[in-house]
Amino acid sequence: MSTAAHLLANTPAQLLPARELMAFTLASHILLVPLGVALPFVTLVMHYRGLRKADPVALLLARRWSAVMAVQFAVGIVTGTVLSFEFGLLWPGMMGRWGDVFGLGFGVEAWAFFLEAILIAIYLYGWRRLKPWTHFWLGAPLPLAALMGAFGIIAANAWMNTPQGFTLDASGKPVNVSVQQAIFTPMFGPQYWHFAVAMFLTAGYVVAGVYAVGWLRGRRDRYHRLGFTVPFTIAAILTPVQFLLGDNIARQIFHKQPIKFAAAELVWDTDTHVPEYLFGRLQEDGTVKGGLKIPQLDSILAGFKPDTQITGLSSVAADDRPTATQATIVHWSFDIMATVGSVLILLVLWYAWCWWRRRDLPKSRWFFRCAAVAGVASLVTVECGWITTEVGRQPWIVYQNMRVSEAVTPTSAGSLWTMLGIVVAVYVLVFGAFLSVLLKMRSRWRLADSGSAQELAEGPETDTPYGPRPEPAVGAPGTHRAPGSEQ
Amino acid sequence: MTANVVSWILLLAIAAYACGGGVDYGAGFWDLLAGGADRGKRPRWLIDHAMAPVWEVNNVWLIFVLVLMWTGFPVFFQTVFTALWLPLALAVVGMVLRGAGFALRKPTRRLAERRIYGAVFAVSSLLTPFFLGVVIGSVASGRVAPGTTASADVWANTTSITAGLLTVAATAFLGAVFLTVDARRFGAHDLVGYFRLRAWISSAALLVIGVIGLTVTDPHASYVHHGLTHGVGLVLVIVAVVALAVTAWLVAGTAAGWARYSSVAVVALLVAAWGFAQRPYLVPTSLTVQQGAGASATLQWMLIVAAVALVLIGPALVVLYRLDTHGVLEPLTDEDVAK
Ligand code: HDD
Ligand code: HEM
Ligand code: HEM
Repeated sequence: MSTAAHLLANTPAQLLPARELMAFTLASHILLVPLGVALPFVTLVMHYRGLRKADPVALLLARRWSAVMAVQFAVGIVTGTVLSFEFGLLWPGMMGRWGDVFGLGFGVEAWAFFLEAILIAIYLYGWRRLKPWTHFWLGAPLPLAALMGAFGIIAANAWMNTPQGFTLDASGKPVNVSVQQAIFTPMFGPQYWHFAVAMFLTAGYVVAGVYAVGWLRGRRDRYHRLGFTVPFTIAAILTPVQFLLGDNIARQIFHKQPIKFAAAELVWDTDTHVPEYLFGRLQEDGTVKGGLKIPQLDSILAGFKPDTQITGLSSVAADDRPTATQATIVHWSFDIMATVGSVLILLVLWYAWCWWRRRDLPKSRWFFRCAAVAGVASLVTVECGWITTEVGRQPWIVYQNMRVSEAVTPTSAGSLWTMLGIVVAVYVLVFGAFLSVLLKMRSRWRLADSGSAQELAEGPETDTPYGPRPEPAVGAPGTHRAPGSEQ
Repeated sequence: MTANVVSWILLLAIAAYACGGGVDYGAGFWDLLAGGADRGKRPRWLIDHAMAPVWEVNNVWLIFVLVLMWTGFPVFFQTVFTALWLPLALAVVGMVLRGAGFALRKPTRRLAERRIYGAVFAVSSLLTPFFLGVVIGSVASGRVAPGTTASADVWANTTSITAGLLTVAATAFLGAVFLTVDARRFGAHDLVGYFRLRAWISSAALLVIGVIGLTVTDPHASYVHHGLTHGVGLVLVIVAVVALAVTAWLVAGTAAGWARYSSVAVVALLVAAWGFAQRPYLVPTSLTVQQGAGASATLQWMLIVAAVALVLIGPALVVLYRLDTHGVLEPLTDEDVAK
């Protein structure tokens, strides 16, 4: 019997659907998180510019982005609530044993979301009546609240990767809990900064990408120029930072989660002078099929010299490490992440060069094509980063302290598969609706820009949920200053 | 000591969600019963209007409840989520459907599609609170104990089902009271009477289901039953009934705005009565607060985090409510994002 089959025989049947469900819902939620964390910041930068320079175009962009924020926030909340339930529905064993050790991070997160929800309500609904600068400053703490929420989540995740802050008593129950140690685990710092920068960078490229498409379609007015330049510049500044942080986090897992590193780099035997594989697939016998092999490079990257010793997968028992397939998944997602990170650097250099020489955007259509793709590529990269983190930790849910199979719910596999089916169907609907709402807003705005707004001012279509809504029937204010403008 | 404080905070968060979330679910309930597309147009318009700005903030209370449970009382969390898997799974699916239905209904133009999405939204507004109520009822019924695995008789029993129905009645009551007040606020005078009638009907339903719940005794639930019919528990139940009567009286008068407070009091008092009735147990009669409590260092830190958070959030909340009551908060209009 092959090792994989042997491992499968030892795992409860409900493990597979539980994992698939967790992975699917997390992967969906995370697509909204970059905008959730960083869109307020990008919007506030534009808002500031608009107020500072009394620039109506910048203010219009900021208003439109906050309309997008409203819709995106609602979907983020629905998908996030599902995740919180799943901790209990899928992994009761983990929460029952470890909830009080690592749960405090979630406590911070929940309070942060509370603050965020309040501030967002004020910001979104404050455009019309608040004084412009008061409105801006009431929105200004939003990025901080978002960073605080991310703090809690990442603390919890980093703890799962490098658990500490407790001792085990004779029955294996955690005692002597030290909250500070459980929050500030070895992986916390590297993960947090790499993650936070990823969020701002991704939001920047995603927003800029929208205007890059408009630019390619020939809409080269000041509106598109500004809508592209501000978020793109934010992302461009962060890209090299992210590259350095990525290099750092990789070295951190080399030191602190050596088996995950071995999976990410397809290292089978512990050795020095280890080659680097670009892509390629790990076989059950430890050989690598396909891929580009660069001699010595892995040792050099990890320890700056070729004789750095790297721990291999085979150094631990087969059921204490990711399977060959899982290792290949980790390796591919890691490589895709690093590739996209490097390609983005080239894009930024192109931008910086033109700006430095001509104080202008690049002329080439290829630049805008790449910029349009950069947003999607960043989202893909975020997914890849999480797959590296999560699949690389297998078979542990709490690294070296609890297996995923010990944490899983006793509920039958059939129920979980059914639930997975329902959740997938519902999410397809929700995300489809989300996209269609965004597209509708976009086409409406485009029509408005071309001066034919009246054509659309009818029907239920005009009230986009949570977005711009029509005036209440009574007490509608008359015409007054444009919201957020100085007059 | 810390564990006790945290358990009271947990109860408070449950009460807050029951009230805040309850208003939302209640709005959905009346949406369901609003009738055909033409007849239901006006009430649905008001429901959409009253709900949109608030449900995000209300939802955070639920997250608090979960986090407090798994961090403060991990074994309790594990027990509840294992034994009551199905009602909880159905509740969360309902929650997603509800959000989706609400979000999808508005941007859709075709009437047939709007009907489907609207129905999804409304039906799940009924099912989610029902199943959440069932969960509370099952915990109170004493059939859940650490190690219990999921099975239908944990929750398919009179106590649990009555609790589910009671929750639905409570949300319908809250929704109708708030919508009565909103109708007045938005100047929709035809809807004031419409929702006032519904507020009365649901008050009566709440009372009837409550009385049935207390008389149909379930041998398993004797501990909580005793707590609700004696001492502090009984006092709280009686005060809740008084508040219910006051609410029914207030919605009829000109000072209807106050009915919001008294209706919230009804629900909060009922939650409090349940909490008092099952003291000192998290799960009667198998897991006490002390037995279920997580590490004391963590509990202390939870209180510290909560204190710091209150300092940050308090002012923000005050600003929000001030701005809201002064009519400063207003959604962006199409015109605002058009130019
Ligand atoms: C736009 C996003 C983005 C970009 C350009 C990069 N990453 Fe990344 N990476 C993430 C977004 C991300 C992430 C999604 O944010 C992760 C998931 C978990 C985390 O903390 O951050 C992550 C995790 C993550 C991990 C796993 C950490 C763990 O298991 O605990 C490693 C080793 C790297 N990254 C390395 C890199 C390298 C060498 C990059 C090279 C250029 C790189 N990342 C670019
Ligand atoms: C948000 C981005 C994330 C994504 C896309 C993601 C992805 C995944 C994937 C793919 C798996 C399945 C692994 C496998 O079966 O091989 C998984 C499992 C899991 N993840 Fe994550 N993850 C994310 C973040 C988090 C965070 C922040 C936490 C906790 C704080 C977390 C907790 C878990 C748990 C408990 C499991 C199940 C146990 C396991 O398979 O290890 N995840 N996740
Ligand atoms: C990579 C990690 C994650 C980050 C940074 C993150 C961030 C966010 C953000 C910014 C929001 C606000 C809504 C939005 O704008 O989209 C949100 C919503 C939410 N997230 Fe996540 N999330 C992550 C993963 C998770 C996980 C693993 C859970 C499960 C515990 C979770 C639970 C929630 C909940 C409950 C909400 C709704 C909060 C509310 O009701 O206001 N998130 N998340």
